[in-house]
Amino acid sequence: MKKRFFVVLMVLMMGFSLFAAGCGQNAPEAPKQQASGDEQADKDQGQDKKALKAAMATDVGGVHDQSFNQSAWEGLQRAEKELGVEANYIESQQEADYGPNLETLYDAGNDLIWGVGYMMAGAIKEAAEKNPDQNYAIIDFAYGDESPENVVGVVFKAEQSSFLVGYIAGKMTKTGKIGFVGGKRGFIIDAFEYGFRAGVKYADKDAEVAIQYADSFTDAAKGKAIANQMYQNGADIVFHAAGGVGLGVIESAKENEKQVIGVDRDQNSLAPDHVITSAMKRVDNGMYNTVKAMAEDKLPVGETVVYGLAEGGVDIAPTSDKHVPAEILDEIATLKQEIIDGKITVPFNEETFNEFKAE
Amino acid sequence: MLDNIGIIIGITLMYATPLIYTALGGVISENSGVVNIGLEGMMTLGAFVGAAVGYYMGNPWIAFLAAGAAGGLLALCHAIASVTFNAQQVVSGIAINFIGPGLAMFLSRLFFKGATMTKAIDINHKIPKPLDPIFEGLSLQDSFLAQIFNQYATVYIAFLLVFAMWFVMYKTRFGMRLRAVGEHPRAADTLGINVYRIRYICVILSGVFAGLGGAAMSLAVVSLFSPTLISGQGFIALAAMIFGNWKPQGAMGACLLFGAAQGLVVFLGGTSIRVPSQLLSMLPYLITLIVLAVFVGRSRMPKADGIPYEKGGG
Repeated sequence: MKKRFFVVLMVLMMGFSLFAAGCGQNAPEAPKQQASGDEQADKDQGQDKKALKAAMATDVGGVHDQSFNQSAWEGLQRAEKELGVEANYIESQQEADYGPNLETLYDAGNDLIWGVGYMMAGAIKEAAEKNPDQNYAIIDFAYGDESPENVVGVVFKAEQSSFLVGYIAGKMTKTGKIGFVGGKRGFIIDAFEYGFRAGVKYADKDAEVAIQYADSFTDAAKGKAIANQMYQNGADIVFHAAGGVGLGVIESAKENEKQVIGVDRDQNSLAPDHVITSAMKRVDNGMYNTVKAMAEDKLPVGETVVYGLAEGGVDIAPTSDKHVPAEILDEIATLKQEIIDGKITVPFNEETFNEFKAE
Repeated sequence: MLDNIGIIIGITLMYATPLIYTALGGVISENSGVVNIGLEGMMTLGAFVGAAVGYYMGNPWIAFLAAGAAGGLLALCHAIASVTFNAQQVVSGIAINFIGPGLAMFLSRLFFKGATMTKAIDINHKIPKPLDPIFEGLSLQDSFLAQIFNQYATVYIAFLLVFAMWFVMYKTRFGMRLRAVGEHPRAADTLGINVYRIRYICVILSGVFAGLGGAAMSLAVVSLFSPTLISGQGFIALAAMIFGNWKPQGAMGACLLFGAAQGLVVFLGGTSIRVPSQLLSMLPYLITLIVLAVFVGRSRMPKADGIPYEKGGG
């Protein structure tokens, strides 16, 4: 009798965990229905042609990760509202999900399938070669010459936004010491590091930038340890480009009552009194514009589209005016224009940084 | 120089604390004869519950205890599977490692408007640093002493728990029984010890400890939960327990060693010595391996660890 009770209990639990795991797949239904009301107006215009379908597979972390994936989904939702495209998503819980998820989206008959994040580069390429008639797109990865004919790469000039926040840091530091915490070394984070250092140099030739890599994108304790050390050594502003490690960096700023600069999205909400600005990557704009190009039959397949300041692909956080004095923000506006006009070329790796320093 | 040592020791303690709690969980479970590979999952759930309760209740201690309770509940599943149903304990543990993070993210979406990251807890509602007023009163808050001794309450509690665990395991009747059950359950059973009950208690306690370890991460090291907050600490704690020869004080030593190595890595990374960060981050594991190979003798696990006990069976 007792055993039977436990069997029933275990079955219930298994059922519940399946439900919990499965809810990721069910979730897309809700936003779709909600959006269909707003869509009505757009539908009237485009009624004669069948609505395009675009879907994205998230990286691990899920669609509401307050970061990358969420921003991507917001872009697709905007496309749904303004362009009448049918948007959908599927979440990856682990790397092993990438392939099957892309398969699922292929079977669902989408016109464009997105992979969010460079971690999915391999899976997207594989899927694209298997299904040559299907269009794919990827965020944050450039295949270069090896790009399959049916894939659009969307990358961001992170060095430009990093340059701007570096300039802010260089102007606002009181100790003349600034820190940079990176995730793992590589071309993506290099753009953040060298763009930032160039920005600091541009604002204040004598300011020192301490650079340290956590060699992780998840170890929050290490981020906190590194930032603690930087602050104790006299730095008063630290910029991080290190994903989950950055949570520890922000925590350290809070505890030490120092300032910190966020990354990817506006991270001010994590520590309203300490996050002075953020180097934002507008993944949403990248997604939206690509879908728009598809709607206009101008999808740049086989190419890599680069989003910089000019295209609204990167920017500093809108909440910057809470902490950054107005005159610095005015200078930032001028700098933005100069970058867009090509008067300033922001370095993105060691080589270009050395050239920049020499000038 | 003194300040640098202070920084390294401070980092050591910060790093080691969540590991110590979790490793203690492993110690108690495995000494009673149940392998608990699900520490990581229990830690993740504990980290979420700690952050969520802390955010909504504003009281870190209730949050801390709730995290322990959540870990304990998840461990109950492990106990039911592996003690009552004699399931393969490793398999059950792996299942726990899937359920823990899944459940944490599912609940997070329910309570935080679909976000898998919780909102940050106000700094005044984190676990307190009890000695803060003393150091501030003496205006020593940035001194060498403060870097070492002015820690979050979770740090002191961790060390107290190590002592308590050692005392219970080696100086009390319950501890004797616990170890007897882990070494030779049939002999213990013939002497009238309820093997199942002891194992249930120990497995649930191991979940409680792992939950506390998770909360030590989400309520003290940082002040929120994110899906990547617990990424591997549970497994490191498991390894620390084995390195520590299944003893509470040994596990603590292993956690501290690992933390110290991390502190050294962070310190070296901040100096002008140019070592590639990839090489540096291997250091903690290398140091641990070397110390183990050179200084620690052969480890011996409890004899009946991982073997389900069936009354009256062969």
